[in-house]
Amino acid sequence: MAYLIQGETGDWELVIGLEVHAQVISKAKLFSGAATDFGADPNSQVSFVDAGFPGMLPVINEVCVEQAVRTGLGLKSQINLTSVFARKNYFYADLPQGYQISQYDQPIVGEGELLIDLADGTTRAIGIERLHLEQDAGKSMHDQHPTKSFIDLNRSGVALMEIVSKPDMRSPEEAGAYLTKLRTILRYLGTCDGNMQEGSMRCDANVSVRKKGEQGLRTRCEIKNVNSIRFVQQAIEYEARRHIDVYEAGGDIRQETRLFDSAKGETRSMRSKEHAHDYRYFPDPDLLPLVIGADFVEAVKATLPELPDDKKARFMAEYGLNAYDSGVLVAERASADFFEGVATGRDAKMAANWIMGDFFAAMNSGGYSWEKPPVSAAHLGAMIDLIKDGTISTRLAKDVFVFMVETGKDPAAIVEEKGLKQVTDTGAIETAIDAVMAANPDKVAEIRAGKDKLIGWFVGQVMKATQGKANPAMLNELILRKLKE
Amino acid sequence: MMSELTRLTIAEAGRRLAKGDFTARELTEAHLKVMEARRGLNAFITETPELALESASASDARRKAGQAGGLAGGLEGIPLGIKDLFCTKGVQTTAASHILEGFVPQYESTVTANLARAGAVSLGKLNLDEFAMGSSNLTSYFGGVENPWKKGSDPAARLVPGGSSGGSAAAVAARMAMGATGTDTGGSIRQPAAFCGIVGIKPTYGRCSRWGVVAFASSLDQPGPMARTVEDCALMLNGMAGHDPKDSTSAPMPVPDFAKALTGDIRGLKVGIPAEYRPDGLNAEVARAWDQGIEWLKAAGATPVDISLPHTKYALPVYYIVAPAEASSNLARYDGVRFGLRVEGGSLDDMYRKTRAAGFGPEVRRRIMIGTYVLSAGYYDAYYSKAQKVRRLIAEDFTQAFRSVDVILTPTAPSAAFGMTDRSDDPVTMWLNDVFTIPTSLAGLPGLSLPVGLNGDGLPLGLQLIGRPFDEETVFKVAGVMEQAAAFTAVPEGV
Repeated sequence: MAYLIQGETGDWELVIGLEVHAQVISKAKLFSGAATDFGADPNSQVSFVDAGFPGMLPVINEVCVEQAVRTGLGLKSQINLTSVFARKNYFYADLPQGYQISQYDQPIVGEGELLIDLADGTTRAIGIERLHLEQDAGKSMHDQHPTKSFIDLNRSGVALMEIVSKPDMRSPEEAGAYLTKLRTILRYLGTCDGNMQEGSMRCDANVSVRKKGEQGLRTRCEIKNVNSIRFVQQAIEYEARRHIDVYEAGGDIRQETRLFDSAKGETRSMRSKEHAHDYRYFPDPDLLPLVIGADFVEAVKATLPELPDDKKARFMAEYGLNAYDSGVLVAERASADFFEGVATGRDAKMAANWIMGDFFAAMNSGGYSWEKPPVSAAHLGAMIDLIKDGTISTRLAKDVFVFMVETGKDPAAIVEEKGLKQVTDTGAIETAIDAVMAANPDKVAEIRAGKDKLIGWFVGQVMKATQGKANPAMLNELILRKLKE
Repeated sequence: MMSELTRLTIAEAGRRLAKGDFTARELTEAHLKVMEARRGLNAFITETPELALESASASDARRKAGQAGGLAGGLEGIPLGIKDLFCTKGVQTTAASHILEGFVPQYESTVTANLARAGAVSLGKLNLDEFAMGSSNLTSYFGGVENPWKKGSDPAARLVPGGSSGGSAAAVAARMAMGATGTDTGGSIRQPAAFCGIVGIKPTYGRCSRWGVVAFASSLDQPGPMARTVEDCALMLNGMAGHDPKDSTSAPMPVPDFAKALTGDIRGLKVGIPAEYRPDGLNAEVARAWDQGIEWLKAAGATPVDISLPHTKYALPVYYIVAPAEASSNLARYDGVRFGLRVEGGSLDDMYRKTRAAGFGPEVRRRIMIGTYVLSAGYYDAYYSKAQKVRRLIAEDFTQAFRSVDVILTPTAPSAAFGMTDRSDDPVTMWLNDVFTIPTSLAGLPGLSLPVGLNGDGLPLGLQLIGRPFDEETVFKVAGVMEQAAAFTAVPEGV
């Protein structure tokens, strides 16, 4: 069960901690009124504060504070009513002030926990160490000119939440599950869009290994800025293997920052601890300690949505779904809402099956999103009603569904228009059966002689004769009666 | 007529402008003339005569139309100098540093915008110590400012005006401006005010917005007025102060009409006299001026109370940890990337090194290095963290003292103005200039310096009044009484 890597000297265990930088959803930056839209022209969303001009001062954006508190509550974490912004000092061309305003020893959010959902259906709690607010730096572009670097300050000052886990993960799968779950929670809360490609969620992984059963932690390496969950898993796997190889060759791992090269699938050294910056953290004298009231926290708490773990538990209890189906449906708030839109007052299991089957297939066929789904929840619900009241069979429903996707029409209208109503008239079905029996006397004889395998063939023929509209249950029953007569 | 106009106080000029005795344009022209005549003092880095005349005429037009702003005749049409640490839209702002030479802000500091709204006329940008780091104005990239006062014993010697607001003090003393903005981090308003025989107040930290003021040490920097009378400072402070949402450390406090505090009645007030400000070897003339001040207050019905501010001796070392630490970070933005000086280099780091080596003078470099050192891993606890703790003890000393007194009286500086070539070799001797003003800054309290007389060599001496947080009114009230008693009418050479 435990994930272990076999080395020449025995089994090794992984120890993984993740630091996620999540861009706060907010119209304005953390300390300035400049806009935060992605993809704007370079340097078009920059205030004098963001550009570090003389005499400019930061003013905290309350929306960002609320978002951090909301996220902290979503991660079941301690909310610190007093927190302090500190300056992290270093020189770089895309860091206009010469320091990043961050939180150091007094973050706004303290310890909490996050439940990860594993492939085998089990869950495991991963500790959250802290969450703090900080400003993003600008972006340096070194490939635009042969000798010059270009700087885009649009990101400069954008609010980030740095969410730090405890070193509780033991496999790349768990790291992936952590990121997936964290992203789900952030999206539920509406505090970060979780888009790793656009860089609004970035991950640094701290990786070390130890012999199975060993206590304590060995030296870790930090892999910076990996931009997809798959790459994080690859990077961890590569890095763990590297550590094991070094140890087994009698070497030692030095603490360092590494980069993941996704093209080569390997990590390489960026800077060692000896060359690490001395950030000279100190409380930012331009900002007073951030003090929030318990009533403010309560007010935020009151607006929290139902979170995925609670929703999953409710889906299992209320709709009788299994853990897997519930987990799939709650992965996004929109999918959960869609499910409830279909399932309420109906056969929930049937609703879940349709959504996770034909509906997801249509969704994945391209061009669709939760804002613009292939069929609406109301239409899918109406279709299930038509199945339930016997108007169409499940088999017919698949055709109806295709027409619904194509035309966007109401299922009842489609049934009417296409004449897809199921035949439940015994006489009509019997006539069809009689015709098939009359045309195939040899087969009838074989069945009557005990060759039951042919019954299915018979059903198919009759169904074909009725263009699939015969009620399958009735058809089965009538065929059996007639053939055994 | 011209020289007559430059001898007026702001309050008198305001009344006479209201009466129509002269126009704001005439008043400004008179000051521009003096500026021209006294250019040798090097008080201004950038003169803006055209802009000054333009806004003076606009003031006259407003007055004619009956829209004169300001507070009861306050600052409408009054020509002022602006320390070149305040960013001024469209006008070069240098902080007296080569690294900002040619920098023209596209924004106006809150304080100067407030003054403009009150109708004041800006004459230009005044010289200062580079990034406000100094007590002599000798660290300015644009050259030292000369104090208009002369020693009786050596009239040829050129004296410093003090610093960092040396250009402000010299300009006001020499009648180039009726008043000037200053900023005070450890004494930068009060010490030059004392050296130049004028009045200056560092308000309570948070009283005036720091937005748009080039930062030196954010937790200490505070803009304030410098003028020739207590009342003028009160009028100016009213024009400068007020809560500013753009400065998170600006206090959301109402601004009283400070001039109204000048009732002349200080009967029953308790005035603290701290023992620690009378160290062995205190300059005898300074001690005598202080004793004289105590007598004046007693005569006016106040009661002197001996107090102790036991942590005073740590103030200077604390200040020279905290202020450089903040400065080392605040000045990181001057990197040659976006504005000001850039010296090209073979790499980014090389450009940083060359730009900052060429752009910053020795005192600024010294403080950046000290600040970087005290914040470094392994030294932070021993220096910065310890200094912050002691800073709280110093503030607590004042809190304790103000349980039993209403205001505190001390000397402003340990000596009168010194020669421009006297002490530039030893930084620590220079730093000792601020030994009496720094504790107030560390505690964030209001401190005012006013001239109380001349020393034996004909140079002005100042006394400092320290008040409770946001109680500038009591400080002004007591200062007004002392001003009356001192009847300081001496003027520097050439006035």
